[in-house]
Amino acid sequence: MTGVRVLVGTRKGAFILTSDAKRARWKVHGPHFAGWEIYHLKGSPADPNRLYASQSSGWFGQQIQRSNDGGESWEPVGNQFTYDGVAGTHQWYDGTPHPWEFKRVWHLEPSPSDPDMVYAGVEDAALFRSTDGGGTWQELSGLRGHGSGPSWAPGAGGMCLHTILLDPTDPNRIFIAISAAGAFRTDDGGKSWRPINQGLHSLYIPDPTAEVGHCVHRIAMHRSRPNVLYMQKHWDVLRTDNAGDSWHEISGNLPTDFGFVIDVHAHEPETIYVVPIKSDSEHYPPEGKLRVYRSRSGGNEWEALTKGLPQQDCYVNVLRDAMAVDSLESCGVYFGTTGGQVYASADAGDSWAPIVRDLPPVLSVEVQTLA
Amino acid sequence: MIRVELPAPLLILARHEGEVALDVPGPATQRSVLGALEARYPVLRGAIRDHVTQQRRAFVRFYACRRDLSHESPDVPLPEEVVSGAEPFVIIGAIVGG
Repeated sequence: MTGVRVLVGTRKGAFILTSDAKRARWKVHGPHFAGWEIYHLKGSPADPNRLYASQSSGWFGQQIQRSNDGGESWEPVGNQFTYDGVAGTHQWYDGTPHPWEFKRVWHLEPSPSDPDMVYAGVEDAALFRSTDGGGTWQELSGLRGHGSGPSWAPGAGGMCLHTILLDPTDPNRIFIAISAAGAFRTDDGGKSWRPINQGLHSLYIPDPTAEVGHCVHRIAMHRSRPNVLYMQKHWDVLRTDNAGDSWHEISGNLPTDFGFVIDVHAHEPETIYVVPIKSDSEHYPPEGKLRVYRSRSGGNEWEALTKGLPQQDCYVNVLRDAMAVDSLESCGVYFGTTGGQVYASADAGDSWAPIVRDLPPVLSVEVQTLA
Repeated sequence: MIRVELPAPLLILARHEGEVALDVPGPATQRSVLGALEARYPVLRGAIRDHVTQQRRAFVRFYACRRDLSHESPDVPLPEEVVSGAEPFVIIGAIVGG
């Protein structure tokens, strides 16, 4: 039966929301790993029943959990993330060198073709890969070692590698993003990397157009056009048409160009979604109105999507990994809030309804479309 | 037989209920008890002490016989009451709100 499975990571556990293709009636499963922070969970495109989850705790560290039955049962796999060679230093908040220290896994990105291959983006920023289903992890240390690593500095949320985009047409090309270093690309499977931040302009760093130091919040790609990327930066929404070689701003008529999430319609590569957030420091929707903004022209012209979303007294945030789309014929769009709501639209954003309202603060949302 | 009390999150992780009873070869120290515990429950590797440095995680504490042993050397013998099984070796997570 065709349906969707929404994987929700929260501050206090993981939840799995399921529905048939109508996406009108939902079942809520969980919490899994109750009490633990689940920064992210994601399914393998090659085997939808293979799921990976990042389970962490300030007390008891990092665990990686794996499921082979769509989240019915889980088993812990490898949790040793050791930096390759001498870990070295990055820049600390006060400008002094600070040793690289592993804290947690922010994002897990399974390979599109191999259920046992999965990438992990971690804090302090680095990229790891497992080729044995999460049993062991090896750092792709060319990223930290490409030259600018010692100058990277954490944002307020830590120095996290939070976005991993695998080019579906070229297994050697990977895009990643780090707060607050910027975006990077490899064209040789992770051996060598280079910053791809030309065109970014960030007034909060000494040189607003520096090669690194930008607080990129999220990057999104449509699988049919892997050279076109969309970016939600700390401020500004941007686009590249040449795989990151240069970016240009597409914020257009957004009420604020600050935000965390950005995603692309499953069937319309020029249709993109953001959730504008008021900043600095407030980090809630402008005017207390929770609005998703959609552009059908690849940016610059945006329309507010409000039907079914609270339009008064709403002061939640939508974090960087907390939006996803399904690939049913009428594209479903989903996002989670720090207030514990998970909203779904079965009509590409025209109307919304909450799947669930009272979860712990939502850290991540992923969607699997099940055949 | 060494008795070990685990905090609730680690009991869930280890899928165990109640105290853990361990046979610890050689002198009973923090290091040997934790080694035996991790051998019994590999999922606890990295959750109590660092994989590589073996340093206690910052927000984990070790108590026994109404004493905080957290800052003692991991190779100091544990109190006789722990070795005899009269008292448990207690692993707890530091208390915090939220």
